[in-house]
Amino acid sequence: MPEQTPMTLFSMTTRAMSAQMVRMNAATSNLANAGSVSSTEAGAYRPIRAVFAVELDRASGLAGVTTTGLVRSETAATKRYDPGHPLADTDGNVFEAPVDETAEMVEIMESARQYQNLVQALQTAKQLMLETLRSQ
Amino acid sequence: MNEGFFGIHGAALTLRSERMGVIASNIANAATPGYKARDIDFNAALDARMAALRGEPGDPRAGMVWRTPTMPSLDGNTVELSREQVAFAENAMAYSATLSFVQGRVNSITRALKGE
Repeated sequence: MPEQTPMTLFSMTTRAMSAQMVRMNAATSNLANAGSVSSTEAGAYRPIRAVFAVELDRASGLAGVTTTGLVRSETAATKRYDPGHPLADTDGNVFEAPVDETAEMVEIMESARQYQNLVQALQTAKQLMLETLRSQ
Repeated sequence: MNEGFFGIHGAALTLRSERMGVIASNIANAATPGYKARDIDFNAALDARMAALRGEPGDPRAGMVWRTPTMPSLDGNTVELSREQVAFAENAMAYSATLSFVQGRVNSITRALKGE
């Protein structure tokens, strides 16, 4: 476990928010590369996805999130016949990135909602903690 | 000592704070594949705490329950954000209520000490 200090509500939320940010960045990269073409099938862009895993802290009983890595999807690039294209191969084909724009938009929206939820929960928890501290 | 001073409210406040952490963990793991949402059964956990304060042997993890999802999802995650949000709000309200009981107790003791 990389973190040596015990997990608090704050550090847990921070890590979860970073994980959501990685996920949102991955989806945004996919959207940015939608429609990009390549002259070879192997050279075409393939969408990436963040992989989340639970990070259980036994001392405090809290369960945080960590990003274990990014995986590239196995979807085949879309072959399109376009001999006039400057990147076309000898058969006149270009290979398009297989990005599903709708799915990426939904991914970004879901990620944003979960991020918002985290912020809201953190605000409530912080307010309660402050109230407890201020009471004499 | 804790029991004598604050009665049941001291244990209840700690438990509410722990439950807040558990529900926040569920919210944080809303997108983690295979994560199983947890919750604390407040009655059972509070009974166990009070028994422990009286010196009786008990399980410190009593009251920990898995949440049963309304509809299971394909990736094995059992977090339902709407339910977690409601549980979090309810728990925050109860925390506030318990805190005001504790504050009242502290106030009356302070007043007694000052002799007002």
